[in-house]
Amino acid sequence: MEKAKTEIIVGMGTCGITAGAADIYALAAESAKTKGLDVRLSSTSCIGMCHSEVLVDVVTPGFARVTYGNVTKEAIEEIISSHVAANVPVAKYVIAQMPSYGKTYDDIPIFGQMPYMNKQERVVLSNCGFIDPLSIEDYISKGGYEAVKKVIGGGDPKAAIEIIKASGLRGRGGAGFPTGLKWEFCNKAVSDKKYIICNADEGDPGAFMDRSVLEGDPHAIIEGMLIAGFSIGASYGYVYCRAEYPLAISNLKVAIKEAHERNFLGDNVLNSGFKFNIKIKEGAGAFVCGEETALIASIEGLRGMPRAKPPFPAQKGLWGKPTVINNVETLANIPRIIVKGADWFSSFGTEKSKGTKVFALAGKINRGGLIEIPMGITLREIIYDIGGGIPNDRAFKAVQTGGPSGGCLTAAMLDTPVDYESIAKAGSIVGSGGMIVMDEDDCMVNIAKYFLEFTQSESCGKCTPCRIGTKRLYEILERITEGKGRKGDLELLEELSEDIRLASLCGLGQTAPNPILSTLRNFRDEYVAHIEEKRCPAAVCKPLITFTIIEKSCTGCMACARACPTSAITGERKKPHFITSEKCIKCGSCFDVCKFKSVLKK
Amino acid sequence: MGIKLTIDGKEVEAKNGATILQTARDYGIYIPTLCDNPALEPYGGCRLCLVEVEGMPKPTTSCTTPITEGMKVKTVTPQVERLRKTVIELLLSDHPNDCMTCERAGDCKLQEFAYFYGLRSNRFYGKRRQYTKQDGNPFLERNMDKCILCGQCVRVCNEVQGVGAIDIAYRGFDAKVCPSFENDLNCEFCGQCVSVCPTGALTGRIWSKKGRTIGIKEVETTCSYCGCGCQLNLHVRGNEIARVSSKPDNHNEGWLCVKGRFGYEFITSPDRLTTPLIKRDGKFTEATWDEAISYVAERFKKIIADNGPDAMAGLSSARCTNEENFLFQKFMRAVVGTNNVDHCARL
Amino acid sequence: MEGLDDILAKYYQSEGSIVSILQDMEVRYGYIPEEAVAWVSEQTGLSASRFYGVATFYGQFHLVKPGKHVVKICRGTACHVKGSEKISDDIQTMLNVGVGQTTPDGNFTVEHVACVGACARAPIFIVDKDVYGKITPQKAKKTLEQYMGGEGNGKG
Repeated sequence: MEKAKTEIIVGMGTCGITAGAADIYALAAESAKTKGLDVRLSSTSCIGMCHSEVLVDVVTPGFARVTYGNVTKEAIEEIISSHVAANVPVAKYVIAQMPSYGKTYDDIPIFGQMPYMNKQERVVLSNCGFIDPLSIEDYISKGGYEAVKKVIGGGDPKAAIEIIKASGLRGRGGAGFPTGLKWEFCNKAVSDKKYIICNADEGDPGAFMDRSVLEGDPHAIIEGMLIAGFSIGASYGYVYCRAEYPLAISNLKVAIKEAHERNFLGDNVLNSGFKFNIKIKEGAGAFVCGEETALIASIEGLRGMPRAKPPFPAQKGLWGKPTVINNVETLANIPRIIVKGADWFSSFGTEKSKGTKVFALAGKINRGGLIEIPMGITLREIIYDIGGGIPNDRAFKAVQTGGPSGGCLTAAMLDTPVDYESIAKAGSIVGSGGMIVMDEDDCMVNIAKYFLEFTQSESCGKCTPCRIGTKRLYEILERITEGKGRKGDLELLEELSEDIRLASLCGLGQTAPNPILSTLRNFRDEYVAHIEEKRCPAAVCKPLITFTIIEKSCTGCMACARACPTSAITGERKKPHFITSEKCIKCGSCFDVCKFKSVLKK
Repeated sequence: MGIKLTIDGKEVEAKNGATILQTARDYGIYIPTLCDNPALEPYGGCRLCLVEVEGMPKPTTSCTTPITEGMKVKTVTPQVERLRKTVIELLLSDHPNDCMTCERAGDCKLQEFAYFYGLRSNRFYGKRRQYTKQDGNPFLERNMDKCILCGQCVRVCNEVQGVGAIDIAYRGFDAKVCPSFENDLNCEFCGQCVSVCPTGALTGRIWSKKGRTIGIKEVETTCSYCGCGCQLNLHVRGNEIARVSSKPDNHNEGWLCVKGRFGYEFITSPDRLTTPLIKRDGKFTEATWDEAISYVAERFKKIIADNGPDAMAGLSSARCTNEENFLFQKFMRAVVGTNNVDHCARL
Repeated sequence: MEGLDDILAKYYQSEGSIVSILQDMEVRYGYIPEEAVAWVSEQTGLSASRFYGVATFYGQFHLVKPGKHVVKICRGTACHVKGSEKISDDIQTMLNVGVGQTTPDGNFTVEHVACVGACARAPIFIVDKDVYGKITPQKAKKTLEQYMGGEGNGKG
């Protein structure tokens, strides 16, 4: 038998690559070669600790798996010389170790006990960062495709539907509709053809759960679709994936090919007579295509304009045939529920929100990344225990959940349990899982304007309230942030928001006012300050702020004068500088470059 | 068996598959619409036809919602009336509002709703779409800043005419109806789009400044261009045609072609013949019908007598009806005695 | 437009191919040429206006040829709160073009992208296919300088 080799595993998800993982991978290969070390070098996907990318794991046979973070070119050299060559971990780069692989090292934290991990429960993400997504062997070795064998072997399409119904799984795309019921409706629809679509058009800005799952565990999606297809009676599946996710698409393509070779996909799946094929449709850059009926129109090659419901896709969907559309995370849950049972799944979570939920934690947070928690833990636990709080000693101000359809929750709401009902009660939505943390430097009017700028530009233009209404909402917010707000604007925002919510054709328009309504409810003072005092309390809205140099602490280093694009800053070397306000365009470059905190923004 | 439901407390019944709007119309219950056209696929875009249905969390568009047994529909509630008013205000906030000089004033659905909802002022203002006028063709005039994106023109061009000359391009506030690459219109110019446009966005170029509603008399007639015999509705001011339309309850269902809709200038053309002319001494001179017909008959007889009936041939016109064409071939065969008869539409 | 035969052949039998045909066109030419749309429309019998409607609906398609390098600034929420607006402003000032425009020398096109899903590395900007995370206005400018005149990004 071949002698076990030391393994070096580089995290090569999009986050890792952004941080330079490809260079580290190449360096590791070269370094091991020059040192004459016989190693097995491989890549994996995102484990979720995006804040510490580049991540490199080293496994010496018989010993614990050690994870290194923030790995630089120098670090990888050291790790290879010391840990790989001599089994001595390099303490200064170590994050944690995983004892399940073998003997532990002294003085290295245990992975599962780190504050970042110990409140997490990894179901959907269980493979992410641990298997090579390009290897079907890896997936199978973790119990992959057992669920499909069980379901198809059992022969009864309704059996899986019953399990999913019993598990209480609700759609993870945002609306939270019970998945089992959706399947049941479609199963009952009579038609010569049916379709299952995986909605991987993760359009919420600030969300990347689906990307990570597709990149890191593509076979789980294929298996989930197979089970869904068998249950509803569909022989065709589409994965509609954003074109902005090239790595996810290429990993999925490889996975589909491998699944075909192993007869998990094809005209006679596992020789059972069940036919199932999957096609990938790349999105072309339109947020509204995350909406079910717009997504269908887009697969049909048309403008992604939503259609009125009813009829619902389960009755009349793609090409007019009954269609189930499930989100990536929903589908990734399916094989696990089938194998481990409905009771196991529903043991996580709250009474009405079962299971775990993946969130993309980002913004003003120390440990941003991908997390998976049992439903029901609080926002505080997520932000402070898992996320490590707010960087640079700034104060927490709000957390935005649910993307452009969601709302901002305040410090007073931090003890809200994260489940569909509680978050809705607090005035936002769980949504697909984006969670953006904001601190005292964020202006809530600006945040509302940001979201409306997004939704009005992504409106398809079909229905009047969304096409013109969101534009008008955006314009009102724009004038408020420019100091041109008038009395009555807030009431007008509320009236128009309510009418757009009620009168719009699809979810995009119906939820577009949410960022305004939630910030108006929770941060009304800030709006009032903009309108009545012409002041931006967070010092964000350019027309309402001024930049001045604090004479006392200015060292006259001239950095600000050099950075100023309009030559508005004058002063001699080593003497306090001065900003000519008429010339200042408020770009903030002086503020950014000053090392002595001598530029005052207010 | 029909489906029974109540609309505004009135018990009604309609066929399975009918929408709330269709059912309401059948019973004379009025629901305002801008994007609906009974001849086209439902669209659900303008949101004026919102109604409240018991058990539904939000108002729903009556034009797209199929009826169900026992459904309880309310077409007039404070909520839906408020939403309709907001929709009209939003549309007007992105509209030139130049009704004073607009061709369609008095015959414009948007103007009509502004009137019914008493919208003298508007809560909303902001950017307006402004487009430069395009097209060199003599038939269609596009004022796209008056377009309300109801999509009827696009649907009629696709669904009825099968041409697809225009489609909706871009999205959101910038969405607009245009030909490929926003080029000048280059189509059949049938003007179906003009006939369905609820505002002044699409009009006939030759209709410009010929009169709006005051002093207009409508005269029904049959188009003389071909055997289809489409029913025309001439809008006449004084003794001049201002524009042409057609009613949807005709056999041509209100659809016309470019000739029927725009090709009427011949009526007042100085070149138009109003009496028969007979060439005498190398010059055409006016004659009565009796004179002309007798003269033709005489010459026919002479040709037949001199050279036999096969020296004659008859060519009929596609502008005649079937009956006229039948009589013509009968005349050629039975009266003249030849089978030399043909028809221009056969080619 | 003979060069498009292969694209057409690929989708000849499949329904709903307008988006896919346009995607292939975009890959081939870097934008959607009017003549190509006219040709495909004639071959398929689908109206050119429909192709145009689809091409203008989706953000991925360009109607004019983009510059040699395409600079995309991520405008996702995480990037927004981490200052991507300023990065975008600075890049626009530096290159003296607006979003969606190309520099007169044809070197750079500046675009916004809704979210690339690398939020924990925010703010993000992308030049061609190279993704840069945790950038500052200064770093962004320095990075761009590497693409000026030269060919690559210096990454090798």
